[in-house]
Amino acid sequence: MTNQHDALLDLYRQMVLIRRFEEAAAKAYSQGKIGGFLHLYIGQEASAVGALSTLTRDDYVVGTYRDHGLALARGMSARSCMAEIYGKVTGCSQGLGGSMHFFDAERRMMGGYGIVGGHVPLAAGCAFAAKYRGSGEVALCFLGEGAVSIGDFHEAMSLAALWKLPLVTIVENNEYSMGTPLSRTMSVADSSTKALAYNMARDRFEAKDVLVVRERIGAAVERARRESLPTLIEVQTYRYRGHSMSDPGKYRTADEVEARKKDDCIANAERSLRALGAGDDVFARVDQEIEAAVDDAVRFADESAEPGEELIEAYTYA
Amino acid sequence: MARVIAYSDALGEATVQAMERDPSVFVMGVGVDDPGGIFGSTRAPYLRFGDARVFDTPISEPSITGMAIGAAASGMRPLMVHARNDFLLLVLDQLANHAAKWSYMAGGRLKTPIVVRAIIGRGWGQAAQHSQSLQAVVAHFPGLQVIMPSTPYDAKGMLLSALSGDWPVVCIEHRWSYGITGEVPEGYYTVPIGEARVARPGRDVTIVAISQMVNEAMKAATVLAAQGVEAEVIDLRSIRPWDVEGVCASVRRTGRLVIADTGWTTFGVSAEISARVSETLFRELKAPVKRVGLPAVPTPCAPVLERAYYPGADDVVRAALATMETGDAAVASDSDAAARLHKPFHGPF
Repeated sequence: MTNQHDALLDLYRQMVLIRRFEEAAAKAYSQGKIGGFLHLYIGQEASAVGALSTLTRDDYVVGTYRDHGLALARGMSARSCMAEIYGKVTGCSQGLGGSMHFFDAERRMMGGYGIVGGHVPLAAGCAFAAKYRGSGEVALCFLGEGAVSIGDFHEAMSLAALWKLPLVTIVENNEYSMGTPLSRTMSVADSSTKALAYNMARDRFEAKDVLVVRERIGAAVERARRESLPTLIEVQTYRYRGHSMSDPGKYRTADEVEARKKDDCIANAERSLRALGAGDDVFARVDQEIEAAVDDAVRFADESAEPGEELIEAYTYA
Repeated sequence: MARVIAYSDALGEATVQAMERDPSVFVMGVGVDDPGGIFGSTRAPYLRFGDARVFDTPISEPSITGMAIGAAASGMRPLMVHARNDFLLLVLDQLANHAAKWSYMAGGRLKTPIVVRAIIGRGWGQAAQHSQSLQAVVAHFPGLQVIMPSTPYDAKGMLLSALSGDWPVVCIEHRWSYGITGEVPEGYYTVPIGEARVARPGRDVTIVAISQMVNEAMKAATVLAAQGVEAEVIDLRSIRPWDVEGVCASVRRTGRLVIADTGWTTFGVSAEISARVSETLFRELKAPVKRVGLPAVPTPCAPVLERAYYPGADDVVRAALATMETGDAAVASDSDAAARLHKPFHGPF
C-alpha cells in the first residue's frame, strides 16, 4: 500500500472513531446515563481530523463546546472523553468539565468553551505565548459561524493581525447557529471576508474531503509557523444532528439533511481509499477496531467511579 | 531607618523584581509605555526592559484580557493594566467565565496566573464612568482573587505575591494611593494574599477599612481616641479571599464593627463582611454592625456634589460612635472638616 493510502486510512479511522464515539454518547444520553449538554459533531469530522493532522504535538488547540471531535482528533483517549461526559472521576477533567469542556494540558488541547466566541482571544493568547517565547508553536482556534457576530472574535482577529500572531482561526460554517440560518446572522455569506478588514490571509473551502482540509489548513499552519502570520479560514460543513441533543432540528427539512448526508466526508474518504486499492477487509478491520474501542470506552465510563465530594473544592482556593 | 518610597514606585519596583526573577512575566495595557507610566508605576519596568516586555495595546480590553489568560494557560505570567477599573466590566466575561473557571473545568490541570491591575478614579470631573470601585463585582466569582493594598509596603509585597501565585488576581488601586509614601524594603519580599493587617490596635471598636478608606479610618481613629474611644483599624488588604479569622478575632475582642469601603454598600464587600461576622459572632456583638461606603447612586461630577457623595473620616467617626451608642452629631458631621481631610485633586489622568 502507498503512503497516501496509509495516511488517508489513518484520517479515515479517526473520523470513524469520532462518529461511532458520538453515536454511542447519544445512545447513552437517551438512556439517561449522560445529563446536561451533548453537542454532536457528526457530519463535520473531516474538519477537525484534517486540521489537527497538520499540527505537531506542541501546538495549541482551542475549541468550542462542540469539542468531542477535536479532543479525539488530538489523541485524547476515548475512555477519558466518554468518562468525562458521564461525569466520572476517570474523565479528562475528573468530571468537573463535562461534555463542553474537554482539556488535556499534555496534548495542549486547551479546552472547549461554552461562551460563544469568548475563547477566540484565549487562542490568540496561546499564539502570543508561543511568539513571545520564540518556541515556534502554532495555535488553532475553532468556532462556529454564529460566533463571527460577537465582538471578541473581531477584537482577537484585529490583535492577531496587528501583532502577527501564529494563529489559524477556523470558522466551521455548518449553516445554523443553533436554529438560526446564516442569512439571518450575517450580512455576508462568506465569513472569511472578515479577514479583509484586518489585512489577514484568508481561505474558504468545503470540508467534504479530509485531504483537502489537511492541505488547505496545512498551508495556513505553515504560514503561521514560518512567517508568524495569522489566517482566517471558513470551512463549509454541515452537522447532521441538532445543535445539541435537546434540539429536534425543526428549522430545516429532513430532505435537506438527507441530501447533505449523500456527500458525507467519511463515505467520501472510503471511496478515495477504495480507489487507492483498499478492499472490504480494510474497512471491516477498521469497523471492528473502532467498535471495540468505543465499546471499551462506554464500559469504562459505565464502570468508573463517581467523583468524591472532596473534589468540589479541590481545585480552587479557600 | 528603612527607605521611604511612594506607592507607585513600590508597584514599579515589584514589577521589575518579578520580571528579573521570572522571564515569563510581561506587562501590557493601554499607555503602560507612556512617559506618565500609569501614575509612574510602569515607568521603571519600561525603562528597564523596554517594549519587548512592557508594551502598549489597542483599546481592546476584552481581547487583551482574553489573550493574557490564554498566554497564562500557555505558561506565561501576564501583568495587565486597565487605567480605570470601570473597564473591568468590559472584560468581565474573560475574567469570570474564563480566567476564574479554566483551571477548575480542567480538573486543576491548567493554571491561569494572570494579574490585572485596575484603578479607581476619584476627583473633580471623573464622574460616573471613571470613578467606580468595583471590587465586589470581581470578588463575587470563585476562582478570582482580589487585592487592594493601601500602603507602599503592601503594594510591593502583594503584587509580588500575585505575580508568583497560581491564581488570577485583580489588584484594585485607588488613584489617591500612588503618592502615599512609606517604608519599603529594597529586596524581594511577598505579603500573603488573604491576610489582613492591624493598622492600629484598639479595644473598643473594630474598623475594617479597604484601600483609601484605611487612611480615612486612621484619621477617624485619632479623632475617636481624643474622645476616649480606642478603635482598632484593620486594613483588609485582600478582598477575596478575605481574612475572616483575623477580622473575627478583632471583633471578638471589641464587640463592635464598622466597615469602611470605597465601593457601594448595597450588595458590596461591606455587606459580605457584615454578614459573615454576624453569622459567626452574633451573640458577641454589642451593637449592630455599621457600614460606611458609597450611597446607591452613580458618581456625580460637580465638586460640591462629589464632596457630599464620598464618605470620609467623619463618617467613620460617626459610625464608630453609633456602635458605642454615644453618637454625637456635633463631632461627626463637620463636612468642612471632611473636605479638608480629602486630598486636593491633581489634574486629569
